[in-house]
Order: sequence, then structure tokens, then C-alpha cells
Amino acid sequence: MTDMTADKPAASTGPARSLLKVGERTRKRNAAEKRFRMLGLAAVVFGIVALLGLMTSILSNGLSSFNQTYIALDVYLDPAKLDKNGNRAPEDLRKITTFTVQPLILSAMQTMLEERELAAEGVNAKQAAALISKEAPAELRRYVIANPDQIGETVSFDLLASGRIDGYFKGRVTMESAALDRNISPEQLMLADQLKQAGLLELRFNWAFFTAPDASDTRPEAAGLGVAILGSAYMMLIVLVLSLPIGVAASIYLEEFAPKNRWTDLIEVNIANLAAVPSIVFGILGLALFINFVGLPQSAPVVGALVLTLMTLPTIIIATRAALKAVPPSIRDAALGVGASKMQAIFHHVLPLAAPGILTGAIIGLAQALGETAPLLLIGMVAFVREYPGAPPEGFFDPASALPVQVYNWTQRGDPAFIERASGAIIVLLVFLLIMNAVAILLRRRFERRW
Amino acid sequence: MSEAATQDAVNASVEQPVIKMRGTGVNVFYGDKQALFDVDLDVRQHSVTALIGPSGCGKSTFLRCLNRMNDTIDICKVTGEITLDSENIYAPMIDVVELRARVGMVFQKPNPFPKSIYENIVYGPRIHGQVSTRAEMDEIVEKSLIKAGLFNEVKDRLQEPGTGLSGGQQQRLCIARAIAVSPEVILMDEPCSALDPIATAKVEELIDELRVNYTIVIVTHSMQQAARVSQRTAMFHLGKLIEEGPTDKMFTKPDHKLTQDYITGRFG
Ligand SMILES: Nc1ncnc2c1ncn2[C@@H]1O[C@H](COP(=O)(O)OP(=O)(O)O)[C@@H](O)[C@H]1O
Ligand SMILES: [Mg+2]
Repeated sequence: MTDMTADKPAASTGPARSLLKVGERTRKRNAAEKRFRMLGLAAVVFGIVALLGLMTSILSNGLSSFNQTYIALDVYLDPAKLDKNGNRAPEDLRKITTFTVQPLILSAMQTMLEERELAAEGVNAKQAAALISKEAPAELRRYVIANPDQIGETVSFDLLASGRIDGYFKGRVTMESAALDRNISPEQLMLADQLKQAGLLELRFNWAFFTAPDASDTRPEAAGLGVAILGSAYMMLIVLVLSLPIGVAASIYLEEFAPKNRWTDLIEVNIANLAAVPSIVFGILGLALFINFVGLPQSAPVVGALVLTLMTLPTIIIATRAALKAVPPSIRDAALGVGASKMQAIFHHVLPLAAPGILTGAIIGLAQALGETAPLLLIGMVAFVREYPGAPPEGFFDPASALPVQVYNWTQRGDPAFIERASGAIIVLLVFLLIMNAVAILLRRRFERRW
Repeated sequence: MSEAATQDAVNASVEQPVIKMRGTGVNVFYGDKQALFDVDLDVRQHSVTALIGPSGCGKSTFLRCLNRMNDTIDICKVTGEITLDSENIYAPMIDVVELRARVGMVFQKPNPFPKSIYENIVYGPRIHGQVSTRAEMDEIVEKSLIKAGLFNEVKDRLQEPGTGLSGGQQQRLCIARAIAVSPEVILMDEPCSALDPIATAKVEELIDELRVNYTIVIVTHSMQQAARVSQRTAMFHLGKLIEEGPTDKMFTKPDHKLTQDYITGRFG
């Protein structure tokens, strides 16, 4: 200790408690800290491993759906079969069926094999034609109706290969599995190999996966996400247009204008609860309210969107109110102090400052809505829809599908080729979510740059 | 402030004191709790009135009554009468926006908008329709900044954010922002409590200059500041107005012992 009266302070004589000696408590505390750090690290590692596992599984299953096997075939569009009257009248052409077209493909296949001198033992012309998808006749028919002047010509087509052939080149189908498969034989696979060597069969980027509608159980190779993407896009558009203004208006009212009394407390509690209601309950509500009571059509994007809006609103309201609360009161004071009205203070100063938070909330809500499946099942959006919905706004009332529902739907199908499609659809869904997040970040940057 | 100026100001107010704002029987309640009791206080035109008193005695509350900033607090209720140029500002047909354009406010913590210096100043005049063309805006920005003694420091960076200035500059920007709407009265709630001594000196100097054109009411915790900048001082204690009078009298021979004790630092 230093002596107050002494002229010079005396130096401390040796440590009573050395800082260099580690005591029992210190050791315990350090150990606890270390344990906690390890635990946290383990949790993070576990999360990353789980995420990586998920991504690998989805990517390894799904990436192949972005490629598709096509077979090049020169088809003679026989006028004797396609247009017996010979006048190319649209009414007559519309009567062409896939049954009329099927023989054309058969003979085209036959001709090609003969010309190229390709053959596999025990594969007759009909079996050879089975390498081509059942979707091909429909494609041909559409082509003929669209181009009647081509009747009588020989036209080169790139036709979809059947799902099994496609699977063979992606490793899903093997010689062994083909031997046990009623739909395909090892000999057919050998023929496919020959076609590939001849350059007639190739894997190409599968644009149709993003544009084509769903296809039936027997033709997975033709199934695409077109209707689902369109349906999801329509729904997101409506959800955004409805939930953002309603949510923000409700939040501003509750946060800035509403008197604080028992009623607003009640509303507040209910909004918080609403965010926790299982989504399927919203589906039942939508079914009862929008379809049975209001009489809106089933499977329509507008109904799905209304249900999803109800689901998204609490998320947006909670996020918006948090964002409004986070704006420092001094900003409000400053605006009111120079004579801004309450509205002006909110719209000129508080709202722009809260915008990044509001946007983040809205995007999170939208992302939730985009991935939501259960309520859509209840309002009939799981139906098999091959027709594209029309252009908005009428198109909002046409039947459509949605991305997550399409994933669910495809996982229910028998053919293993649909598993690949489902994984591919999940990738598309994830990409959409990534894009939404990127947009959120961009918008946020944009808003922040303004001051 | 120089001796002569003080003398002038005192003389001016002795000759013909114009009452700019007058509170009569002002009671303020926060819910059930009463924060002000029957306060009668006059604010003279073209002079600085300082409100002093220990923390929680109701200085800010009274100040915020003068431009009805208390309206923003749900539980706050004001009774009594406060007039601006003999018109009751709590009369039912009064528009608070109009009132606040005439009675501006500067807050304890500098609170510029997170926008450019230029935008900070233009905002008030624009919403009141006082400026519309670019030239008018440029003019009001320059004039307000010059009056607030900030123009030379920021004239090259008017488009930079006001939040990027130093604390003292921010507070003078807030004063410039208040001046820009051409108020008649400026209320200041401890405007220097977040500033360092040099910035404080600048703001005090500024307040003294502004007195010529405006009427100023300032809340302060610093007795020296009250003595330096104000012509009249009002002492509050526990929600009551203890006494009010010329600043030099208040600091030399106050009527009340409470004031004496507070000024000499015996409590508060
Ligand atoms: N927003 C408010 N809600 C409730 N009570 C308040 C509020 N503002 C001030 N008060 C109360 O009013 C009294 C006076 O406060 P204030 O005017 O801020 O004092 P001062 O500015 O003199 O320190 C204090 O007792 C304080 O607790
Ligand atoms: Mg105060």
C-alpha cells in the first residue's frame, strides 16, 4: 500500500496474489468457455453437413433433369394419311389424331434403320419405334396442324426419346434392370447405343422442362414445369400486390395511429397467433370461404393467392412493425418539430428508413408462400393440369399448378423418372428463392444508398 | 455576451415588453401523474428565456407544451391556456402543423434527418410551400446555414449526409433546419448537453445572435449557460414554477431560497 504521508510512494512488495498463477475458478471458467465454443462450433458444422448432404442429394438426383435425350428422325408427312381430301382444310386437319400419326413415325423409324443399316437382334420395327416417346405423335400432330403446307414433305424432327432410353443414358436404367422391365429390353438399349454412335441420338439441354406442361404417368420424359411456374408466378404476383400494401397499411395504423387499448392489444395478440397457425388450416379456410362460399373456381391461382396472402400477412405485419419500431423516435420528433404532419413524418421519414426491414419481411413472407404446399392441396391445385392458364387477369381464374405442388405430385408417381423430375423441380424452386433473396438484397442496397 | 448588450436587452424589455407567448394556469398530466402544477409564465419577444431546475421538474414538459409536441404522447393531457400572440394554441380549431411552423424546436440530441445537408434544410420550407423552385431552395439553404454559422464549414458538401457532421455541427444544422421555416419562436431543450465545450460556445454565440430576430426559450442544466445567454430565467421545482425574473437578478438576489440553493449547487 502507498503511504499518503510519505514523500515517495513505496513500491509494492511482492505479489500477494500472482496474476501468473491460474486459480481453480479461472480454470473452471476457461473450461466452460471452451466447452461452449466447441458446442457452438459443432452445431454450425452439423448444420453445414446437413445442408451439404441435402444439396448433394438434390443436385445429384435433379441436375440430370436439365438434360434430355432426343432422337433425330426424318418423317415423311404422308398426305394419304394426313389429308385424304387433299385440300388442307383446317377442319379436316384438326381431325388428325395421334393414332393417325403413329404409323408415320413407325415407317420413318423403319426407313432410317434400313438406310443406316442399323439393327439389333430381336428388335422389330415396332419395338424400335418404342424408343421414341409416346409424346412424339402429339408433337407431330401439332406440327402438321400448324404447318399444313409441309404435308407431303419429309421433315427432320428431334423427337423425345422414351423415359427408359433417357434413363439409360443418365445411368438410371441398366442392362440388368432392362431385362426385368416390361417396358424396355436390353436389345432396345443396344439399338439406342447404335443410334448414339450414328449421331442420331443425343442429350441436349432440356428447355421443355421449364416450358412444357405436366405429362401423364407413362411419359415422364415429356413432363415439364411450365404450368407450375406460371401458376406460382401468378400467385406470387397477387400475393405481393395484396399483402404488401395491406400489411404495411395495417402495420402503420397499428404502430402509429391506433390508440393503445384492450382492442388493439387483442388484435396484436391475434396477429402474432395467426403467424403460428398451421398452413393447412388456411387451406381449409380457403376451401370454405373462397370456393364454397364465394364460389371462385377450384385450382385457380387467384384462390391459392388469396389463401397465401392470408398466410403471408402476419409475417409482413410483424416484420413491418418491428422495422417501424426500430426507427429512432428522434426522427419523428425532428419531422414534427419542423411542422410536418403525422402522415408526412411517417411517409417522408419513418417509412423510407423502415423500408429495408419491410422489404426483407415481405420477401421472407413471399418465400414462405412460394414453398407452401399444404393449403394448395386443399383448394384443388394438385389437379393434373396440362392447359396453360391464360394471360392475366382472366388467367388468374384458370386452373393451374404450383411449383411445390408439382414436386409433391411427381413424387407420388410410379415411374422412377419422375423422381429425377421432382428433384429438378426442387432445384428450380430453390433458384427462384435465391433470386428473390438477391432481389431483396439489391433493393435494400438501393434504398440505403439514398442517404 | 457583452455587458452593453445585456443592458440594451434589459432596457428594451423594461421599456415595452412584448409578450410573445403566455402560459396561464398550465397543468400537465401523464396519465394519473401530474407533471406541471398551475404554471403561469410569460415569454418575451426577442429575448432568451432560460428554464432551469433539477431533473424531472418539468422543464421539458413545459417547453413541449409551447409547440404542442406533447400531443404525440398518448397519455399526456394539458389543461390551462397557452397563447401565441394572444391566440390560444390549445383552442380546438388550431392546426398543430401551422403552430409548429411558427414555433420551431431544437432537441437535446442532434437529430438531423439521414439525408443530405441540403435536404435537411429544404424539407421544412418545402412541406409548408415556402419554396418551390430550385433557386428558392438554394437561397433558403444558404441563408439558413449562414444564420446558423455553419455555411463556411459545409458549403462544399451540401449533398453529403447531415449525419456525417460532428456533433456540434449537427446541432447547428438542426438549428438551421428550424430557422429555415422562418419560425417566430425557437424552443431548445438542452441543446448543448451532448456537445463538447468548444461546440457549446459556438451554439451559445449563435443563440445570442438569433435573439435579434427570434424569440427563444431554452432549457439548460448549466447555470453558466443560463447566465451567459438568457435575459430572463424561470426556475422550476417539482412541477411548479418557483420564480421568474431577469437573469441577472435571479443569479444575484433571487426571491426564493430554493433558487438560491439550486444556483449555488446545493441541490439538483
Ligand atoms: N412521456 C412521459 N410519460 C410519462 N411521464 C413523463 C413523460 N415525460 C416526462 N414525464 C414525467 O414528467 C416529469 C417531468 O419530466 P420532464 O419535463 O422531462 O423533466 P425535466 O425536463 O425537467 O428533466 C418527470 O417526473 C417525468 O417522469
Ligand atoms: Mg428534460
